[in-house]
Amino acid sequence: MDFDALGGCLTTASCVVTQLSAGLIIGMLLFLVASGVTLIFGVLGVINFAHGSFYMLGAYFAYTVYQLSESFILAALGGALGVMMFGVLFERLLLSRIYGANVLMQLLVCYAIVLILDDLAKILWGAEFVKMPMPAEFRVPPVRFGGGIVPVYYVVLTVVTVAIAVGVSWLMSGTRFGKTVRAAAQNKSMVAALGINTTALYVGVFALGSLLAGIAGGLAAPIRSLVPGMGVSILIESFIVTVIGGMGSIAGAFVAALLIGLTRAFGSIGFPLFTEGVMFLLMAFILLVKPSGLFGQREA
Amino acid sequence: MPRSQRFFVGRRDVLKSVGAAGALAVAGFPAIARGQSSGPIRIGMPTILSGRVAQLGISSRNAVLMEVDAFNAAGGLDGRKIEMVIRDSKGQPAEAARVTRELINTDQCEIILDAEASSGGFAVHEVIRESGHLCLHTNSETSALTADPKLHVPNAFRVARQGIHDSIAGGLYAAEIVKAKGLKRWMTASPDYAYGRDTTAEFVEYLKYFTPGVEVVGDTWPKLFQADYTENITKILQGRPQAFYSCLWGGDLVTFIEQGALYGLFDQVTTFAVNMADYTTLQQIKQLPKGIHSGNRYLKSFPALPSNAMWGEAYRTKHGAYPTNWAWQSATGMQFLIAAMRKTGSADGKKLAAALRGMTIESPFGAQGKITMRPEDQTIVDYAIGWGTTAPKEPYVEQMHVADWKRIYELEVAWKKSKGYA
Repeated sequence: MDFDALGGCLTTASCVVTQLSAGLIIGMLLFLVASGVTLIFGVLGVINFAHGSFYMLGAYFAYTVYQLSESFILAALGGALGVMMFGVLFERLLLSRIYGANVLMQLLVCYAIVLILDDLAKILWGAEFVKMPMPAEFRVPPVRFGGGIVPVYYVVLTVVTVAIAVGVSWLMSGTRFGKTVRAAAQNKSMVAALGINTTALYVGVFALGSLLAGIAGGLAAPIRSLVPGMGVSILIESFIVTVIGGMGSIAGAFVAALLIGLTRAFGSIGFPLFTEGVMFLLMAFILLVKPSGLFGQREA
Repeated sequence: MPRSQRFFVGRRDVLKSVGAAGALAVAGFPAIARGQSSGPIRIGMPTILSGRVAQLGISSRNAVLMEVDAFNAAGGLDGRKIEMVIRDSKGQPAEAARVTRELINTDQCEIILDAEASSGGFAVHEVIRESGHLCLHTNSETSALTADPKLHVPNAFRVARQGIHDSIAGGLYAAEIVKAKGLKRWMTASPDYAYGRDTTAEFVEYLKYFTPGVEVVGDTWPKLFQADYTENITKILQGRPQAFYSCLWGGDLVTFIEQGALYGLFDQVTTFAVNMADYTTLQQIKQLPKGIHSGNRYLKSFPALPSNAMWGEAYRTKHGAYPTNWAWQSATGMQFLIAAMRKTGSADGKKLAAALRGMTIESPFGAQGKITMRPEDQTIVDYAIGWGTTAPKEPYVEQMHVADWKRIYELEVAWKKSKGYA
C-alpha cells in the first residue's frame, strides 16, 4: 500500500487527468460487454456465460475485415454486425431451447459454446496471438490536458461508448420497443396476451446484447492482442460490474464499470498489489448492503 | 512299430523338449529385448501451444522437429529413431505437471524435453524429481532453477538463457547508456511471476552495482497474459522516470508496446526491454519505436556466424517465419541430447546425464561457435549475449554490444555467494 503516492496523485492535476482518463478507458470497454450481459439477463432471465466469447469474435471479425479492407470503420462495423448475426443464430438454435431451464443447464450449454468458439478461433485464426494495426489516423501524439496525457484513440473510444450508453438508455426507457421489452421482463405472458410477438422481442434483445459485445471487440482489436480464450477475463469483470450495478440495469452497468475502471487506474498507484482484491471487496460489500445492486430493483 | 510305442513320449523326450524350449528361450529373450530397444526413443515435450504465448510452444516444436528429422534421416541411434510426443499445457503450471506425468506414465516417454516457460518449468521440475527421468529445460530462464542448490535435481539440465547472465550483461550495457545520457531515475514494469520478479531484481542489482547513483523510483507488476496495460503505463508516466526496464515478453510485450506508444511513452522515457529483439515480437509490433534498448533473443545476424544465418534461413524456409529465442534454445536442447546419445551409444537417462555434464558442442548460437553444459550447476554457458537498439527494419537491432563472458562469470560467482547458493 502506498497511500502517500495516491494522495500525491490526487492533489496533482496531471496525475488526476491521466488516471481519470485511464479509468474511463478501462471502464468503457467493460461497460460495452457488461451492458450486453445485464440486458440479456434482465429481459430473458438467462446468464449468458458465452458473452466473453462474443467479445472475442467481435475482435477477430474486425481483424479479418481490416485485413481485407484496411478500413477501421468497416472493421468495427464488421465486428459488431458479425457478432449480432451470430448472436441471433445462437439464440434461435440453442438458447431459446433452454429458457426456463435451471442455471446449471444454461451454464453447461454456454460453456460448451465457449470451448467450441475457442477451438474454432484456433482453427480459423491460429493458436498464436494476432494484432490488428492501429489505424493511421490515430497514430498521432497524445492529447495533453491539464498536464495529463490522453491518447487520441482513447478519446474517440470514450466518446463512442458514452454515445452508445446514452443511445441504449434512450432505447430502453424512451421508446415503445424499450417499454415493451421492460414489460416483457416483468410479465412475458401478459405481453404475449396483448398480441406482441415475444419471440421476436427476445431475438431483438439478444441481438442488441450481442451487438454491444461485438462493438467492444471491434474497438478493442487495435489495442489488444487477439488470442483464443481472450473473452474469459473480461467476462469475469463483466459479472462483477453486473452484480455491482444491478442485474438488468444499463445505468447501473455504466456506473459500476466506471467504478471498476477508476479502482484499477488509481489502485495501480495506491494499492497495486490489492487492486483486484478491492474490486471483489466492492462486490461483496454491495451484495451485503444492497443485494439487488446499485441500480437494481428488488424482486417483488 | 508296436502301437504302444507310436504314441509313447518318454521322460527323456520330455526333458529334450524342455531343453530345446529353454535353449530357444535363452536365444530368443535377448532378441525380444533387442526388439524393445530397437523401438523408437520416445521423448515427451510439455509446452504451451495455445493462448497468448502459443508462439513459445509452436516455435520450440518447429525447431525440435527440424533436429529430430535430421537425426532420424541420418539413421537415428543404431536404427532407433526419435519419436516426439508433444502436449499442450495451455500455459498453466498445474496442467504442465499433469501432462508431464501423462507423458511418463501413459506415453512411456524415456526422456522429457521441457519447453515450458518458467511458470510451468518449475512444475515439470518437481515431476521429474520424483520420476528420475532425464529432463532438459529449454525455455525456463529463472536463475534459481539451476543456481539454487535446494532445487538441484541430478537428472535435470537447463538449455536456455539464464536471467542472471542477461542481467549482468544488461547492467553492464545500461551503465554505459546511463553514463552517456545521465539517466538517474528509473522504473520497472515486468510480469508478476518468478521470472519477472527475479530477473528484474537481478537487473536492478547490477544496474546499481555499475552506476551507484541510479535510483529506482517505482515499479509496476502486470499479471502474466494481462489484456490491458493502461494502468501500468500511466503509473510509469506518473513516476516521471528517465528510463525504465521491462522483461515482459511475447504477446504481452507486443500489447504493452502498442498501448505505450499511444501515450507517447517511448518518446518520453528511455526504454530497456530485454526480450524485445525476437523476430516474432518485432514483426508483430505495428508501431515499432526506434531506439528501444534490447538484449538479443534470436537474430540471424547475431552471433554473426554463417551457421547461425543458415539455420535462421532454413527455419524460415521450412516454417514460413523466422525462429524465436525459444526456437534456438529448444533446438540446442535437442542438439545436446543427440550429441550425448551418439557419445554413449545409448538412450539410457543416467548414461546421457553423465555425458551431458561438461559437454561442449559446436553451435550456431555460441558466442565463439560453441556452447558448454557447465557441470557444477547443469546449465549452459558461452551462448551469445548482446545488447543493442531496435530499428523498424532488418537487422532490427543495431549497434550490438557483445557481452564479455569472463565478466559474467566473475560477477555470477559473487551473486551466488550473496544468495547463499555457493
